[in-house]
Amino acid sequence: MRLTPMETLGIILVVAAGTQITRWLPFWLFPDNKQPPAWVTDLGRVLPAATMGLLVVYCLKGAAWTAPPHGAPELLAILAVAALHRWKGNVLLSIAGGTALYMVLIQRVFV
Amino acid sequence: MAHTGSWRRALRAAFPVTVPVLTGYVCLGLAYGVLMAANGYGPLWSVLMSAVGFGGSMQYAAIPILVTAFEPLQAFLLTLMVNARHIFYGLSMLERYRGLGWARFPLIYTLSDETFSLVSTLDPPEGVGRRDFFLCVSLLDYGYWVAGTALGGLLGSVLTFNAAGLDFALTALFVVLFLEQWKERERRPAGVIGVACAALSLAVFGPDNLVIPAMVMILAILLGGRKLTCA
Repeated sequence: MRLTPMETLGIILVVAAGTQITRWLPFWLFPDNKQPPAWVTDLGRVLPAATMGLLVVYCLKGAAWTAPPHGAPELLAILAVAALHRWKGNVLLSIAGGTALYMVLIQRVFV
Repeated sequence: MAHTGSWRRALRAAFPVTVPVLTGYVCLGLAYGVLMAANGYGPLWSVLMSAVGFGGSMQYAAIPILVTAFEPLQAFLLTLMVNARHIFYGLSMLERYRGLGWARFPLIYTLSDETFSLVSTLDPPEGVGRRDFFLCVSLLDYGYWVAGTALGGLLGSVLTFNAAGLDFALTALFVVLFLEQWKERERRPAGVIGVACAALSLAVFGPDNLVIPAMVMILAILLGGRKLTCA
């Protein structure tokens, strides 16, 4: 814990405020009696897929890509998640299995 | 009392559909509580963040800020960037959350990725009101996350084990959600565009500045593509 309790509380409130702005904005922009324009609805249909792709890459930004092991633990664990999800389709199993493999890889294999 | 009975029916209808979220949230919330404890923030802090902040990925992203320096503006901007995707959840729920009165406050406050995937897809069964059903789903999910965090925070301060890599659970969650999106054929080009723009942005702008350029590129390509297909 590096921040003081008041500073920590401040960060929590700021994070909450930022999150709530993103959740409420569409409901402020398009109140109950208004229909959003067609381009907004079209975008809303495909944007979640693009956003998930962005978030996967965002999570991998700290990996060692240019130096050994060149992102090998991350890529292997993602392959495991995808294979498990394809096989069983169980969200928990896919996440737990991939995470366990990643922990073994970075703690025991690519040390 | 008839009123209590209708809530019980809604709860009975909502609970089974939230079981996947229960397992996922307890796992990820637990990981979050442990990770916070490993960084010196005990269960009270992690639970407060989960209960007030309630945004899985953002809570993980805020940990580096909590352990470096007091940067509220940076934290605020990062939150807007990481959570910008919520805007599109809201846009999709305008219709289904219409006319729900006071219930709109807790519903919108707790509109997470997983809750969104449920309330945007499922309808209440016969005899259960829309408001009661959506409210039960949303509040159950919220409760799982807060309870998971508390559990992780408590275990994290008692158990000492090597938690290095536990935060990969978040990456795995996004991979799984990406695969779920991938099931819809019409969404696949957008998924590829998302990965490609983010990877390009990472290579060009570096790890600290990748989100905004990537979002601009994604929007430009998706809107440009729409214009092409409409013309």
